[in-house]
Amino acid sequence: MPWDRNQMAERAAQELEDGMYVNLGIGIPTLVANYTGDKDITLQSENGMLGMGPFPVEGDEDADVINAGKQTITELNRTAYFDSATSFGMIRGGKIAAAILGAMEVSENGDLANWMIPGKLVKGMGGAMDLVAGVGRVIVITDHNSKSGAAKLLKECTLPLTGKAVVDRIITNLGVFDVVEGGLRIVELAPDVTEAELREKTEATLVA
Amino acid sequence: MASKIYDSASAALDGLLTDGMTLAAGGFGLCGIPENLIAAIRDAGTKDLTVYSNNAGVDDFGLGVLLQTRQVKKMCSSYVGENDEFMRQYLAGELEIEFNPQGTLAERMRAGGCGIPGFYTKTGVGTQVAEGKEHKDFDGETYILERGIVADLAIVKAWKADETGNCIFRKTARNFNPPAAMCGKICVMEVEEIVPNGTLDGDHIHLPGIYVHRLIQGQHEKRIEQRTTRKKEA
Repeated sequence: MPWDRNQMAERAAQELEDGMYVNLGIGIPTLVANYTGDKDITLQSENGMLGMGPFPVEGDEDADVINAGKQTITELNRTAYFDSATSFGMIRGGKIAAAILGAMEVSENGDLANWMIPGKLVKGMGGAMDLVAGVGRVIVITDHNSKSGAAKLLKECTLPLTGKAVVDRIITNLGVFDVVEGGLRIVELAPDVTEAELREKTEATLVA
Repeated sequence: MASKIYDSASAALDGLLTDGMTLAAGGFGLCGIPENLIAAIRDAGTKDLTVYSNNAGVDDFGLGVLLQTRQVKKMCSSYVGENDEFMRQYLAGELEIEFNPQGTLAERMRAGGCGIPGFYTKTGVGTQVAEGKEHKDFDGETYILERGIVADLAIVKAWKADETGNCIFRKTARNFNPPAAMCGKICVMEVEEIVPNGTLDGDHIHLPGIYVHRLIQGQHEKRIEQRTTRKKEA
Protein backbone atom coordinates (compact mmCIF):
# COMPACT_ATOMS: atom_id res chain seq x y z
CA MET A 1 0.00 0.00 0.00
CA PRO A 2 1.42 3.42 -0.93
CA TRP A 3 1.47 5.97 1.87
CA ASP A 4 -1.41 8.44 2.20
CA ARG A 5 -0.91 12.15 2.97
CA ASN A 6 -0.69 11.62 6.70
CA GLN A 7 1.69 8.69 6.40
CA MET A 8 3.95 10.75 4.14
CA ALA A 9 3.93 13.50 6.76
CA GLU A 10 4.64 10.95 9.49
CA ARG A 11 7.58 9.60 7.49
CA ALA A 12 8.89 13.13 6.94
CA ALA A 13 8.71 13.83 10.67
CA GLN A 14 11.35 11.10 11.15
CA GLU A 15 13.78 13.40 9.34
CA LEU A 16 13.58 15.94 12.14
CA GLU A 17 15.84 15.81 15.17
CA ASP A 18 15.37 17.14 18.66
CA GLY A 19 16.28 20.81 18.93
CA MET A 20 15.91 21.62 15.23
CA TYR A 21 14.57 24.90 13.85
CA VAL A 22 12.41 23.95 10.86
CA ASN A 23 10.28 25.65 8.21
CA LEU A 24 7.27 23.74 6.90
CA GLY A 25 5.70 24.64 3.56
CA ILE A 26 1.99 24.81 2.78
CA GLY A 27 -0.04 21.60 2.18
CA ILE A 28 1.20 18.15 3.25
CA PRO A 29 4.36 19.66 4.84
CA THR A 30 2.13 21.46 7.36
CA LEU A 31 0.89 18.06 8.57
CA VAL A 32 4.42 17.07 9.60
CA ALA A 33 3.93 19.13 12.79
CA ASN A 34 1.35 16.53 13.93
CA TYR A 35 3.95 13.74 14.02
CA THR A 36 6.99 15.19 15.79
CA GLY A 37 6.12 13.31 19.01
CA ASP A 38 8.41 14.09 21.95
CA LYS A 39 10.99 15.86 19.82
CA ASP A 40 11.49 19.53 20.64
CA ILE A 41 11.08 21.13 17.20
CA THR A 42 10.78 24.90 16.76
CA LEU A 43 8.74 25.85 13.72
CA GLN A 44 9.63 29.00 11.84
CA SER A 45 6.98 30.91 9.93
CA GLU A 46 8.72 33.11 7.39
CA ASN A 47 6.32 36.01 7.88
CA GLY A 48 8.15 36.63 11.15
CA MET A 49 7.73 34.06 13.90
CA LEU A 50 9.77 31.35 15.62
CA GLY A 51 7.84 28.96 17.81
CA MET A 52 4.58 28.48 15.97
CA GLY A 53 1.71 26.97 17.94
CA PRO A 54 -1.41 25.11 16.75
CA PHE A 55 -4.57 26.66 15.31
CA PRO A 56 -6.53 28.68 17.90
CA VAL A 57 -9.75 27.35 19.42
CA GLU A 58 -12.79 29.04 17.95
CA GLY A 59 -13.19 32.55 19.28
CA ASP A 60 -9.47 32.98 20.02
CA GLU A 61 -8.43 33.92 16.47
CA ASP A 62 -6.12 36.94 16.35
CA ALA A 63 -5.72 38.78 13.03
CA ASP A 64 -2.16 39.67 14.08
CA VAL A 65 -1.08 36.03 14.53
CA ILE A 66 -0.95 34.21 11.21
CA ASN A 67 1.36 31.76 9.49
CA ALA A 68 2.89 32.03 6.03
CA GLY A 69 -0.28 30.48 4.57
CA LYS A 70 -2.21 33.42 6.11
CA GLN A 71 -4.00 31.00 8.47
CA THR A 72 -4.75 32.02 12.05
CA ILE A 73 -2.40 30.26 14.48
CA THR A 74 -1.28 30.67 18.09
CA GLU A 75 1.94 31.52 19.87
CA LEU A 76 3.78 29.42 22.45
CA ASN A 77 5.35 30.57 25.69
CA ARG A 78 8.72 30.78 23.91
CA THR A 79 7.63 32.45 20.66
CA ALA A 80 9.71 35.26 19.15
CA TYR A 81 8.50 37.73 16.50
CA PHE A 82 10.61 39.70 14.03
CA ASP A 83 10.38 41.53 10.72
CA SER A 84 10.61 39.96 7.25
CA ALA A 85 14.20 41.08 6.60
CA THR A 86 15.33 39.43 9.86
CA SER A 87 13.25 36.36 9.07
CA PHE A 88 14.93 35.84 5.73
CA GLY A 89 18.27 36.73 7.26
CA MET A 90 17.99 33.59 9.38
CA ILE A 91 16.81 31.59 6.36
CA ARG A 92 19.43 32.85 3.92
CA GLY A 93 22.08 32.76 6.63
CA GLY A 94 21.68 29.01 7.10
CA LYS A 95 20.31 29.17 10.65
CA ILE A 96 17.24 27.08 9.81
CA ALA A 97 18.19 23.40 9.90
CA ALA A 98 15.64 22.12 7.40
CA ALA A 99 12.71 23.04 5.19
CA ILE A 100 10.02 20.59 4.14
CA LEU A 101 8.32 21.73 0.94
CA GLY A 102 5.89 20.55 -1.71
CA ALA A 103 6.83 20.14 -5.37
CA MET A 104 5.39 20.15 -8.86
CA GLU A 105 8.54 18.56 -10.31
CA VAL A 106 11.92 17.42 -8.99
CA SER A 107 14.84 16.44 -11.20
CA GLU A 108 17.41 13.75 -10.57
CA ASN A 109 20.08 16.34 -9.80
CA GLY A 110 17.90 18.00 -7.16
CA ASP A 111 16.36 20.85 -9.16
CA LEU A 112 12.99 21.85 -7.73
CA ALA A 113 10.03 23.43 -9.55
CA ASN A 114 7.12 24.40 -7.32
CA TRP A 115 6.07 27.97 -8.04
CA MET A 116 4.80 28.51 -11.55
CA ILE A 117 3.03 27.00 -14.55
CA PRO A 118 3.53 29.55 -17.35
CA GLY A 119 0.24 30.95 -18.67
CA LYS A 120 -1.77 28.98 -16.12
CA LEU A 121 -0.68 29.38 -12.54
CA VAL A 122 1.21 32.59 -11.93
CA LYS A 123 1.04 33.27 -8.22
CA GLY A 124 4.66 33.82 -7.28
CA MET A 125 7.40 32.03 -5.41
CA GLY A 126 6.77 33.55 -1.99
CA GLY A 127 9.65 32.50 0.23
CA ALA A 128 10.40 29.19 -1.50
CA MET A 129 13.45 30.38 -3.48
CA ASP A 130 15.03 31.85 -0.35
CA LEU A 131 14.32 28.70 1.65
CA VAL A 132 15.85 26.26 -0.84
CA ALA A 133 18.89 28.50 -1.26
CA GLY A 134 19.49 29.02 2.43
CA VAL A 135 18.39 26.26 4.80
CA GLY A 136 20.59 23.35 5.87
CA ARG A 137 18.57 20.54 4.36
CA VAL A 138 15.73 20.60 1.80
CA ILE A 139 13.22 17.77 2.04
CA VAL A 140 10.45 17.54 -0.55
CA ILE A 141 7.11 15.81 0.00
CA THR A 142 5.12 15.13 -3.13
CA ASP A 143 2.86 12.57 -4.73
CA HIS A 144 5.04 10.35 -6.88
CA ASN A 145 2.89 11.01 -9.95
CA SER A 146 0.51 13.76 -11.03
CA LYS A 147 -3.25 13.23 -11.06
CA SER A 148 -2.99 12.23 -14.75
CA GLY A 149 -0.28 9.69 -13.84
CA ALA A 150 2.67 11.66 -15.23
CA ALA A 151 6.01 11.25 -13.49
CA LYS A 152 7.02 14.08 -11.15
CA LEU A 153 10.55 12.78 -10.48
CA LEU A 154 12.17 13.65 -13.80
CA LYS A 155 15.50 13.66 -15.57
CA GLU A 156 15.06 17.42 -15.99
CA CYS A 157 12.31 19.75 -14.80
CA THR A 158 10.10 21.26 -17.49
CA LEU A 159 8.65 24.06 -15.34
CA PRO A 160 10.45 27.23 -14.19
CA LEU A 161 12.80 26.34 -11.34
CA THR A 162 12.58 27.36 -7.71
CA GLY A 163 16.18 26.33 -7.17
CA LYS A 164 18.94 24.43 -8.94
CA ALA A 165 20.46 21.33 -7.29
CA VAL A 166 18.88 22.19 -3.94
CA VAL A 167 16.87 19.10 -2.91
CA ASP A 168 18.48 16.60 -0.53
CA ARG A 169 15.71 14.08 0.06
CA ILE A 170 12.31 13.32 -1.54
CA ILE A 171 9.43 11.60 0.21
CA THR A 172 6.60 10.41 -2.05
CA ASN A 173 3.63 8.12 -1.55
CA LEU A 174 5.79 5.31 -2.97
CA GLY A 175 9.05 5.77 -1.08
CA VAL A 176 12.00 7.83 0.08
CA PHE A 177 14.80 8.96 -2.23
CA ASP A 178 18.09 10.78 -1.85
CA VAL A 179 19.61 12.98 -4.52
CA VAL A 180 23.07 11.48 -5.14
CA GLU A 181 25.71 11.51 -7.85
CA GLY A 182 24.13 10.09 -11.02
CA GLY A 183 20.47 10.14 -9.95
CA LEU A 184 18.08 9.28 -7.14
CA ARG A 185 18.96 6.57 -4.65
CA ILE A 186 16.10 4.53 -3.22
CA VAL A 187 16.30 4.83 0.57
CA GLU A 188 13.04 3.11 1.40
CA LEU A 189 9.93 1.75 -0.30
CA ALA A 190 6.40 2.22 1.01
CA PRO A 191 4.80 -1.09 2.12
CA ASP A 192 4.05 -3.48 -0.76
CA VAL A 193 5.55 -1.14 -3.36
CA THR A 194 7.96 -3.04 -5.61
CA GLU A 195 11.05 -1.67 -7.24
CA ALA A 196 9.62 -2.69 -10.64
CA GLU A 197 6.49 -0.60 -10.01
CA LEU A 198 8.65 2.29 -8.87
CA ARG A 199 10.81 2.19 -11.98
CA GLU A 200 7.70 2.18 -14.16
CA LYS A 201 6.36 5.31 -12.45
CA THR A 202 9.64 7.24 -12.33
CA GLU A 203 11.39 9.06 -15.16
CA ALA A 204 14.46 10.04 -13.16
CA THR A 205 17.46 7.71 -13.10
CA LEU A 206 17.25 5.43 -10.06
CA VAL A 207 20.62 4.29 -8.76
CA ALA A 208 21.42 1.55 -6.33
CA MET B 1 10.12 70.04 16.33
CA ALA B 2 7.01 70.28 14.19
CA SER B 3 4.43 67.66 15.01
CA LYS B 4 4.39 64.49 12.92
CA ILE B 5 0.80 63.80 13.84
CA TYR B 6 -1.96 64.38 11.28
CA ASP B 7 -5.72 64.19 11.70
CA SER B 8 -6.47 61.82 8.85
CA ALA B 9 -4.85 59.61 6.26
CA SER B 10 -5.63 62.05 3.45
CA ALA B 11 -4.18 64.96 5.44
CA ALA B 12 -1.03 62.92 6.09
CA LEU B 13 -0.65 62.18 2.37
CA ASP B 14 -1.32 65.76 1.26
CA GLY B 15 1.39 66.94 -1.12
CA LEU B 16 3.10 63.54 -1.25
CA LEU B 17 1.20 61.84 -4.08
CA THR B 18 2.16 62.15 -7.75
CA ASP B 19 1.22 60.02 -10.74
CA GLY B 20 3.90 57.48 -11.68
CA MET B 21 5.49 57.40 -8.22
CA THR B 22 6.93 54.34 -6.45
CA LEU B 23 5.34 53.11 -3.24
CA ALA B 24 6.61 50.62 -0.66
CA ALA B 25 3.85 49.08 1.44
CA GLY B 26 4.06 47.02 4.61
CA GLY B 27 1.97 43.95 5.38
CA PHE B 28 1.87 40.20 4.75
CA GLY B 29 -1.36 39.09 3.14
CA LEU B 30 -3.91 41.27 4.91
CA CYS B 31 -1.95 41.21 8.18
CA GLY B 32 -0.42 44.52 9.24
CA ILE B 33 -1.43 46.44 6.11
CA PRO B 34 -1.86 50.23 6.10
CA GLU B 35 -5.63 50.08 5.52
CA ASN B 36 -6.32 53.77 6.05
CA LEU B 37 -3.52 55.02 3.81
CA ILE B 38 -4.48 52.62 1.00
CA ALA B 39 -8.06 53.93 1.14
CA ALA B 40 -6.81 57.53 1.05
CA ILE B 41 -4.65 56.81 -2.01
CA ARG B 42 -7.68 55.27 -3.68
CA ASP B 43 -9.68 58.42 -2.93
CA ALA B 44 -6.85 60.64 -4.19
CA GLY B 45 -6.87 58.76 -7.51
CA THR B 46 -3.08 58.76 -7.93
CA LYS B 47 -2.28 56.78 -11.08
CA ASP B 48 0.47 54.66 -12.67
CA LEU B 49 1.85 53.51 -9.35
CA THR B 50 4.74 51.09 -9.04
CA VAL B 51 4.17 49.24 -5.77
CA TYR B 52 6.71 47.25 -3.78
CA SER B 53 4.68 44.99 -1.52
CA ASN B 54 4.96 41.32 -0.66
CA ASN B 55 1.33 40.69 -1.68
CA ALA B 56 -1.39 42.48 -3.61
CA GLY B 57 -4.29 42.15 -1.18
CA VAL B 58 -7.57 40.48 -2.10
CA ASP B 59 -10.10 41.76 -4.62
CA ASP B 60 -11.87 44.16 -2.28
CA PHE B 61 -9.34 44.80 0.49
CA GLY B 62 -5.74 45.79 0.94
CA LEU B 63 -3.85 46.83 -2.18
CA GLY B 64 -6.54 45.01 -4.18
CA VAL B 65 -8.64 48.19 -4.00
CA LEU B 66 -5.97 50.10 -5.97
CA LEU B 67 -6.01 47.35 -8.58
CA GLN B 68 -9.79 47.57 -8.89
CA THR B 69 -9.47 51.28 -9.64
CA ARG B 70 -6.59 50.66 -12.11
CA GLN B 71 -4.23 52.92 -10.20
CA VAL B 72 -1.37 50.41 -10.28
CA LYS B 73 0.93 50.09 -13.29
CA LYS B 74 3.37 47.60 -11.83
CA MET B 75 3.52 45.32 -8.79
CA CYS B 76 6.80 44.04 -7.34
CA SER B 77 5.77 41.17 -5.09
CA SER B 78 6.61 37.63 -4.05
CA TYR B 79 3.10 36.17 -4.02
CA VAL B 80 -0.16 37.40 -5.52
CA GLY B 81 -2.25 34.23 -5.36
CA GLU B 82 -5.27 35.56 -3.50
CA ASN B 83 -6.38 38.15 -6.04
CA ASP B 84 -8.53 37.24 -9.07
CA GLU B 85 -8.67 40.78 -10.43
CA PHE B 86 -4.88 40.93 -10.28
CA MET B 87 -4.63 37.71 -12.27
CA ARG B 88 -7.15 38.94 -14.83
CA GLN B 89 -5.33 42.25 -15.38
CA TYR B 90 -1.97 40.50 -15.54
CA LEU B 91 -3.04 37.82 -18.03
CA ALA B 92 -4.72 40.54 -20.15
CA GLY B 93 -1.43 42.46 -20.24
CA GLU B 94 -2.87 45.45 -18.36
CA LEU B 95 -0.60 45.14 -15.34
CA GLU B 96 3.13 44.50 -15.05
CA ILE B 97 4.50 42.18 -12.41
CA GLU B 98 8.05 41.74 -11.19
CA PHE B 99 8.26 38.64 -9.01
CA ASN B 100 10.81 38.97 -6.22
CA PRO B 101 11.68 36.12 -3.85
CA GLN B 102 10.22 37.13 -0.51
CA GLY B 103 13.52 37.43 1.32
CA THR B 104 15.10 39.26 -1.58
CA LEU B 105 12.25 41.79 -1.54
CA ALA B 106 12.59 42.31 2.22
CA GLU B 107 16.36 42.72 1.97
CA ARG B 108 16.07 45.06 -1.04
CA MET B 109 13.89 47.33 1.10
CA ARG B 110 16.15 47.08 4.14
CA ALA B 111 19.28 47.68 2.05
CA GLY B 112 17.77 50.64 0.20
CA GLY B 113 16.87 52.21 3.52
CA CYS B 114 20.39 51.62 4.85
CA GLY B 115 22.19 53.26 1.94
CA ILE B 116 23.21 49.97 0.37
CA PRO B 117 22.54 50.14 -3.39
CA GLY B 118 23.03 46.42 -4.03
CA PHE B 119 23.89 43.10 -2.41
CA TYR B 120 24.72 39.57 -3.50
CA THR B 121 22.47 36.63 -2.65
CA LYS B 122 22.27 32.91 -3.43
CA THR B 123 18.50 33.15 -3.69
CA GLY B 124 17.30 32.62 -7.24
CA VAL B 125 20.60 31.48 -8.77
CA GLY B 126 19.81 29.18 -11.71
CA THR B 127 16.19 30.41 -11.96
CA GLN B 128 14.29 33.04 -13.99
CA VAL B 129 14.99 35.51 -11.19
CA ALA B 130 18.71 35.47 -12.01
CA GLU B 131 18.28 36.28 -15.71
CA GLY B 132 20.06 39.49 -16.69
CA LYS B 133 21.62 39.97 -13.26
CA GLU B 134 25.33 40.12 -12.46
CA HIS B 135 26.68 36.78 -11.17
CA LYS B 136 29.69 36.64 -8.90
CA ASP B 137 31.45 33.81 -7.10
CA PHE B 138 32.42 34.10 -3.44
CA ASP B 139 34.26 31.23 -1.72
CA GLY B 140 33.26 28.80 -4.46
CA GLU B 141 29.54 29.64 -4.51
CA THR B 142 27.65 31.69 -7.07
CA TYR B 143 25.57 34.71 -6.06
CA ILE B 144 23.50 37.27 -7.96
CA LEU B 145 23.40 41.02 -7.52
CA GLU B 146 20.11 42.45 -6.28
CA ARG B 147 19.42 46.18 -6.02
CA GLY B 148 18.37 48.09 -2.93
CA ILE B 149 14.99 49.80 -3.21
CA VAL B 150 14.40 53.45 -2.42
CA ALA B 151 10.70 54.24 -2.80
CA ASP B 152 9.23 57.72 -3.19
CA LEU B 153 6.80 56.95 -0.40
CA ALA B 154 6.43 54.21 2.22
CA ILE B 155 3.00 53.45 3.65
CA VAL B 156 3.14 51.29 6.76
CA LYS B 157 1.21 50.23 9.82
CA ALA B 158 2.26 49.65 13.44
CA TRP B 159 0.40 48.89 16.65
CA LYS B 160 1.46 51.84 18.78
CA ALA B 161 3.63 54.89 18.30
CA ASP B 162 4.60 57.71 20.59
CA GLU B 163 4.37 61.33 19.44
CA THR B 164 7.95 61.10 18.15
CA GLY B 165 7.00 58.23 15.83
CA ASN B 166 8.85 55.52 17.77
CA CYS B 167 6.87 52.40 16.89
CA ILE B 168 5.95 49.04 18.33
CA PHE B 169 4.42 46.34 16.16
CA ARG B 170 2.22 43.52 17.33
CA LYS B 171 3.11 39.85 16.70
CA THR B 172 3.20 38.78 13.03
CA ALA B 173 1.77 42.13 11.92
CA ARG B 174 5.35 43.46 11.96
CA ASN B 175 6.43 41.54 8.81
CA PHE B 176 7.39 43.92 5.97
CA ASN B 177 6.51 47.12 7.82
CA PRO B 178 9.96 48.01 9.24
CA PRO B 179 11.90 47.38 5.99
CA ALA B 180 9.21 49.15 3.94
CA ALA B 181 9.31 52.13 6.31
CA MET B 182 13.08 52.30 6.08
CA CYS B 183 13.20 52.37 2.26
CA GLY B 184 10.82 55.32 1.80
CA LYS B 185 12.18 58.78 1.06
CA ILE B 186 9.10 59.79 3.04
CA CYS B 187 7.31 57.38 5.38
CA VAL B 188 3.72 57.77 6.50
CA MET B 189 2.83 55.52 9.41
CA GLU B 190 -0.65 54.59 10.62
CA VAL B 191 -1.10 53.08 14.07
CA GLU B 192 -3.90 51.77 16.22
CA GLU B 193 -2.93 54.11 19.03
CA ILE B 194 -0.71 57.16 19.44
CA VAL B 195 0.55 57.41 23.02
CA PRO B 196 2.34 60.31 24.76
CA ASN B 197 6.14 60.43 24.73
CA GLY B 198 7.47 58.59 27.75
CA THR B 199 4.83 55.86 27.59
CA LEU B 200 6.85 53.37 25.55
CA ASP B 201 10.05 51.82 26.91
CA GLY B 202 12.89 52.98 24.69
CA ASP B 203 14.42 49.51 24.91
CA HIS B 204 11.29 48.00 23.36
CA ILE B 205 11.00 50.18 20.26
CA HIS B 206 10.94 48.12 17.04
CA LEU B 207 11.25 51.06 14.64
CA PRO B 208 12.80 54.35 15.80
CA GLY B 209 10.91 57.52 14.92
CA ILE B 210 13.69 58.74 12.62
CA TYR B 211 12.10 56.57 9.94
CA VAL B 212 8.60 58.00 10.46
CA HIS B 213 7.83 61.40 8.94
CA ARG B 214 4.07 61.58 9.29
CA LEU B 215 1.83 59.72 11.69
CA ILE B 216 -1.88 59.04 12.01
CA GLN B 217 -4.07 57.06 14.34
CA GLY B 218 -6.57 55.03 12.31
CA GLN B 219 -9.47 52.61 12.61
CA HIS B 220 -8.52 49.10 11.52
CA GLU B 221 -10.79 46.36 10.28
CA LYS B 222 -7.93 43.82 10.52
CA ARG B 223 -9.64 41.32 8.26
CA ILE B 224 -8.60 37.66 8.63
CA GLU B 225 -7.77 35.98 5.33
CA GLN B 226 -7.85 32.30 6.39
CA ARG B 227 -9.73 31.67 9.61
CA THR B 228 -8.47 28.31 10.89
CA THR B 229 -9.39 26.84 14.27
CA ARG B 230 -9.17 23.60 16.21
CA LYS B 231 -11.69 21.90 18.48
CA LYS B 232 -11.54 22.76 22.15
CA GLU B 233 -9.88 19.90 24.04
CA ALA B 234 -12.24 18.22 26.50
